[in-house]
Amino acid sequence: MPEAIELEQLWKFYGDYPAVRDLTLGIKEGSCCALLGRNGAGKTTLLRILAGLSPYQRGAVRVFGNSPRSAEARHRLGFLGHGIGVYEDLSARENLLFFARICELKNPQAVTGRWLERVGLARVAAMPVRQFSRGMRQRLALARTFLNSPRVLLLDEPFTSLDDRAIAMLSELLADSSREGATILLSTHQLREALAIATDVALVENGRLRYAGTRTPEMLDDPALLYRLHTELGAA
Amino acid sequence: MRTIGQALAVARKDLAVELRTKESFNAAGAFAISILLLFSFAFDPSPEMLHQIAGGLLWLVFAFAGALIFNRGFARELPNECLDALLASPLSSGSLLLGKAIANFTMLIALEVVSLVVFGIFYNVAWTFRAGELAIVFLLATWGIAIVGAAFGAMTVNLRLRELMLPVIIYPLLIPLLIAAIELTDVVLYSKQITPDQLLWGRILLAFDIVFTALAVALAETILVN
Amino acid sequence: MTRERVSIGLALAAALLLSYDLYQMFMVLPDEALQGAIYRILFFHAPAAIVGMIGYFAALTFSILYLSSGILRWDSLSASIIEVSLVFSCVNIVTGSIWARIIWGIWWTWDYRLTSALVCVLIFAGYLMMRRAIEEPTQRARLSSALCIFGCVDVVIVWKSIEWFRNNHPSPVLSIRTGGGTMDPAMERIFYLNFLAILMIAIALVLIRTRQEAIAREVDSLRRFANAV
Repeated sequence: MPEAIELEQLWKFYGDYPAVRDLTLGIKEGSCCALLGRNGAGKTTLLRILAGLSPYQRGAVRVFGNSPRSAEARHRLGFLGHGIGVYEDLSARENLLFFARICELKNPQAVTGRWLERVGLARVAAMPVRQFSRGMRQRLALARTFLNSPRVLLLDEPFTSLDDRAIAMLSELLADSSREGATILLSTHQLREALAIATDVALVENGRLRYAGTRTPEMLDDPALLYRLHTELGAA
Repeated sequence: MRTIGQALAVARKDLAVELRTKESFNAAGAFAISILLLFSFAFDPSPEMLHQIAGGLLWLVFAFAGALIFNRGFARELPNECLDALLASPLSSGSLLLGKAIANFTMLIALEVVSLVVFGIFYNVAWTFRAGELAIVFLLATWGIAIVGAAFGAMTVNLRLRELMLPVIIYPLLIPLLIAAIELTDVVLYSKQITPDQLLWGRILLAFDIVFTALAVALAETILVN
Repeated sequence: MTRERVSIGLALAAALLLSYDLYQMFMVLPDEALQGAIYRILFFHAPAAIVGMIGYFAALTFSILYLSSGILRWDSLSASIIEVSLVFSCVNIVTGSIWARIIWGIWWTWDYRLTSALVCVLIFAGYLMMRRAIEEPTQRARLSSALCIFGCVDVVIVWKSIEWFRNNHPSPVLSIRTGGGTMDPAMERIFYLNFLAILMIAIALVLIRTRQEAIAREVDSLRRFANAV
């Protein structure tokens, strides 16, 4: 299986401080990789580099063989960070239509309508997001992320502060994307939810890769196992 | 063409938000009218004095009120981390910057039209008979201000004291453009004919627009991705 | 260590040269025919302006170097040069004002060279303000480099556009610009020596500032490491 995401001897510095140190990781196309690590380990930094939001100083980063900032990479990408990435003063339909246009989708109106139905926001499509409940905003964020049927999904702690309905929706969307062969990289503290859907696992500590491999049944039984075995803090 | 298309999508989105909320325009408009009023009280200019200060007064009003518009430009991308969503999308940095500049430009032109009407009334200045030439000067100069406002709005968006930083940085940079705009506005309002010497100011405006648009688009990635 | 030795060496050489120049200026050279004693301010006013301008364009080069290589040392150099150039630009403006007050009776005129100098100072003062507002060194370097490029391009536009329309400033007097005959050769010699002294001071200051920037980066890096642990 070719690798959808390749990180080769990656270094990222904040000034002289290395936030990512000599990290080499390959994620195969069609796999779902759970990116684990404590707060400050470098998970968000890695995802932002892959999404083209943060420059790096040494090494190589490729998404389907292209630089993360290239148009080819960004056309195939779906990114969900800590923020929901939707405009409060526009309606749900206007938000999705805008993103559909900048993603250069054919029939943006039709795609928008379909996604509004899928996330259960069709009835409130004309309402400004400002008036949405938290759950509704989260579902709109999911629609925005999956709008262009991305081949690579980068999700930064997606399960955090989602309500039950949104968690179920996200799990369903991830399963569907997986079935269609999309590559998923998600960072999380919710070990059980992530390990349940992951095919692979990568553990990061202080900007270094401590472990990368297939998700095993033992990990599912004891989610903290990896931390105990592979991190300095876990060993202490 | 693709860049322009995407830029127009961004501009359309910004203008839609602005039409709905009217935050920037109301603030900028109120500010512009207040300054015009205050100047009128402070100096009570005679028609002869107006010959000398009309261009300067107008462009200072536009520059100061414009800062209120530029400050909002990229700041409206901060809530919900929309800027990240935009940068991770297929939208190029250059298109994003151009789109913001187009939105700034449109709002500033609207502000200028309103200010001109108020100026004409408060100061008894007849400008409508030279509206065509005035429009050319305003369009050229406003684009220069808009592109600089967009570029530096992007640069300062994540800084603390953003509202203070932006005017401090852009006003010195805009000096050549403002001088050219002021001179040309005075010439259009009060001279019968424009001399070749005065046309030089028009060339400065054009040069400023071209150079700064090219620089802004070339450096867009550096400014936005950091 | 080498950098320190070079700075000290340059500073000492500049001090010696300046002492010699000051002696020549006040004890040997006569007063100028038309301006009297105040002409001596030219020996500081013009070199400060030239050193300032050279500095801004050197900083532009290092900013572009930083953007293409990502090496933070170039950004530190660029920022240090701008800081020092700003000081010399202020010296240029202040000495120019003093001269103008004595010769023309006014502190300021909107002549193209003075106006351009003032705009330079404002642009690069904004540069330094922006640097202070950004905590993260890599982000600071990228944005500063972009601002430096905008600033230098703007300086050229300001210079050329105002030059076309306003010119009260005294015309060039150095023989390299006029072909000779406008300035006494003895005065011109002191002018060039003073320029050399001021340039050496500028370089010494830049070396010191660059070292300070490197230390600041190291401290920042240690702080981040401490927070991570």
